[in-house]
Amino acid sequence: MQALTTFDKALLNLLQGNLPVCSRPFQKLAEELGTEESVVLERLKALKEEGYLRRIGTFFNSSRLGYEGTLVALRVREDRVEQVAKAINTLAGATHNYEREGGYNLWFTLLTPSSEVESAILARVRALDGVESMLNLRANRKYKINVQFKLA
Amino acid sequence: MEKCQEIDELDRKIVRALQGDFPLVAEPYKVMAEQCGISEEEFLARVEVMRAEKKIRKMGAVLRHREVGFKANVLVAWEVPAERLDEVARQMAESPHVSHCYDRNTAPDWPYNLYTMVHGTSREDCEEIVEGLAAETGITNRTMLYTKKEWKKTSMRYFTEA
Repeated sequence: MQALTTFDKALLNLLQGNLPVCSRPFQKLAEELGTEESVVLERLKALKEEGYLRRIGTFFNSSRLGYEGTLVALRVREDRVEQVAKAINTLAGATHNYEREGGYNLWFTLLTPSSEVESAILARVRALDGVESMLNLRANRKYKINVQFKLA
Repeated sequence: MEKCQEIDELDRKIVRALQGDFPLVAEPYKVMAEQCGISEEEFLARVEVMRAEKKIRKMGAVLRHREVGFKANVLVAWEVPAERLDEVARQMAESPHVSHCYDRNTAPDWPYNLYTMVHGTSREDCEEIVEGLAAETGITNRTMLYTKKEWKKTSMRYFTEA
């Protein structure tokens, strides 16, 4: 993996929160960085290939799109963690699924189109072999959602 | 599903286009507009409306944070007295090391009501940052939920239910 250049860092810092919504967004970024549109596109393709850039994406406010979101913690019997984790992975609305240290050892986020769908899915999860207990940790308020890393 | 009805079919198409791989071409919105069967102008105008309505929070690059030097992170669940929750949440959200800060429900055997995702260069660095947050806020009861294994990390695909 190649080290990030000063230009790459400036480009990624600028692009993290700021994808222009206009006909030629990369041209606009190029102007801000004092370079050409083709250079910006070329570097972004390379950074994606090298693995620094996961993707360029749109972050939706799930509740404004009509979705319910929650964080679920499971206490899973040690010999069943893998099977339960794989079952969770198959759920379309389970976007993040992590095995963690502590008594509650499997944690996943779940987005569903309604609380009825959420309840139905969670009932199935609770019934999986090895799941000893489950917490449904619904968010009351989101104070910060900001996965940005300033590159120096 | 009644809550979804305020999103019309065209907006759903636009969401589906935007949540795919963003085209790294000179006119990316034109490509996505074609997928939706509308003009680039209409696509851009609709995106602006969705931003104004806060349906879209942000558009931009997502980095692989391990690759860019933030090698360690920890989800910390804090037990904050109810009367201090708002103040403490705001204070923790201010920290540049905290990417997410949510107030969540508790449960009978689970007293934690505030969740922060803390990023650092190493586990020791994370421990120090968390000690700092505890000292600044006076909130000491917490549990450190370090990752043992990442089983899934994806972005949501909206409006793909059958």
